[in-house]
Amino acid sequence: MKLFDNIKSGIDKISVDNLKGKVDAIKDAMPKKEKAEKAEKNAEKKEEIPEGHIKCPSCGNIMEKKALGQLRICPKCAKLFRMNAKDRIKAIADKDSFEEFDINMESKNPLNFPDYSAKVKSLQEKTGLKDAVKTGKCTIGGRPCVIAVMDSGFIMGSLGSVVGEKVTRAFEYATENKMAVIVFTCSGGARMQEGILSLMQMAKVSAAVAKHSEAGLLYITVLTDPTTGGVTASYAMLGDIILAEPKTLIGFAGRRVIEGTIKQKLPDEFQTSEFLLEHGFVDAIVEREKLPETLERILKLHNIKKVGEE
Amino acid sequence: MPAYDKVKIARKVSRPTALDYINHIFDEFTELHGDRNFRDDAAIVGGVALLNGTPVTVIGVQKGKTMEENIERNFGQPHPEGYRKALRLMKQAEKFHRPVINFINTSGAYCGVGAEERGQGEAIARNLLEMTNLKVPTISILIGEGGSGGALALAVTDRVWMLENSVYAVLSPEGFASILWKDSKRAKEAADVMKITAEDLLNLNVVEKVIKEVDGGAQNDFGFTANLLKSKLETEVEILQSKDIDTLLAERYDRFRKFGEFAEE
Repeated sequence: MKLFDNIKSGIDKISVDNLKGKVDAIKDAMPKKEKAEKAEKNAEKKEEIPEGHIKCPSCGNIMEKKALGQLRICPKCAKLFRMNAKDRIKAIADKDSFEEFDINMESKNPLNFPDYSAKVKSLQEKTGLKDAVKTGKCTIGGRPCVIAVMDSGFIMGSLGSVVGEKVTRAFEYATENKMAVIVFTCSGGARMQEGILSLMQMAKVSAAVAKHSEAGLLYITVLTDPTTGGVTASYAMLGDIILAEPKTLIGFAGRRVIEGTIKQKLPDEFQTSEFLLEHGFVDAIVEREKLPETLERILKLHNIKKVGEE
Repeated sequence: MPAYDKVKIARKVSRPTALDYINHIFDEFTELHGDRNFRDDAAIVGGVALLNGTPVTVIGVQKGKTMEENIERNFGQPHPEGYRKALRLMKQAEKFHRPVINFINTSGAYCGVGAEERGQGEAIARNLLEMTNLKVPTISILIGEGGSGGALALAVTDRVWMLENSVYAVLSPEGFASILWKDSKRAKEAADVMKITAEDLLNLNVVEKVIKEVDGGAQNDFGFTANLLKSKLETEVEILQSKDIDTLLAERYDRFRKFGEFAEE
């Protein structure tokens, strides 16, 4: 079922007239034998992995979950596992420096979409998050900045009213207080369940980015896996400096949708951070361990002084 | 009328296109080509024209009416260079203090290999950012389909209007049904839930005005809708031109700032 992972999570990676035909085309393109093999593989996977363990999807290494460490990196092949917002902030911000904004903001159900409220509620309980982004201010190497970190664990980090409002407020706060902004993106795109209001968030956040930029302030984006759809087509691509983690999926349209359109398989490196670097859309690929020092250096190069420094 | 019936009208091959409106409403339309970077995207048309004697920049997403035309126009699905051409023309309008009028009719930005290689996401994002700051009056009109980011990339304007039978949505009803219910056949139901009609979007304050069409759609009496739109554009351009730029930009910011529904304890 990996085939429709991206689509399933209730997100927009696409803007297509006739998805149906394309989905059918993909289904047809997948031979029955392959389907059977996949199902078999999935069954095997379930049997093999003992309690408290995890299998690296890249190298197949089966290890204790804690072997990934705080940065969630496979010790054998260095594959990056996704990080939640809380762990990410812990890894980036100076200890105890993070002050969170808008902690209690949560979504309503503007379209009265069936089951949406229940889904939000159950995810809130499961993840401890109110929605798909944490925003606040912190210091990195002693240098202050506003930070927003998206979380793929909450409806695939999709952009709806709450994410849009929190990120917009973060930019407005930074503009008012003459601070840099760092956004860690991680999203499947616009949140379908909030319909047109999700689309409007793309414009709303971009307008706040524009004001921040007009004020001559620094905006850094760090693209993490996955960054797609409406987030790519708005604030992810608007950083003065755009960094990405290695082997991250970054794109506008979903890979499967494109494969359905062109009726052929795309190469593995398509829509990876390496692909975007080659085509000129990211400034640098930075290893996860190097992110704090890289961010600190960029802040320093933009004359952002340490707290208390003259 | 069920929302999905409007989708069908909006997609009709006979539905008047951007160039139909441009040629009817404006005088001396002078088309300008290319993004000065990669190529000319025929899915986007643009240039300078006169609206009742006032020079304006006009831009449209152009669909074809025949298979041949549609292949040339890529079925009205722009590539990144199309959005960059539109931005070039909008920045040109800013230089010469011309209002910008955009005609939107797209199922969405094109999803393909070249589009990704050339940064479809970046092209759309750049337009959103630049349009919020464009120092001239801007109006966009959804004349058929308004699909997702590919439509929004021309619709961050002072005024957003819709023709009565146009639709504007985060995704096509087929795509929406496929994503949320794993069944694209439930598109009709999706269209009802999504709030995509001109009337729904007027109620949600996503658009300011709905332009009437005759029964069955604008193609049945093109002159009626085009003349109505022309007179409304003349009035509105004059209103927007009378505002000073700071007021205009502040109002544009607030126009988009207000969107979203959330609760805070």
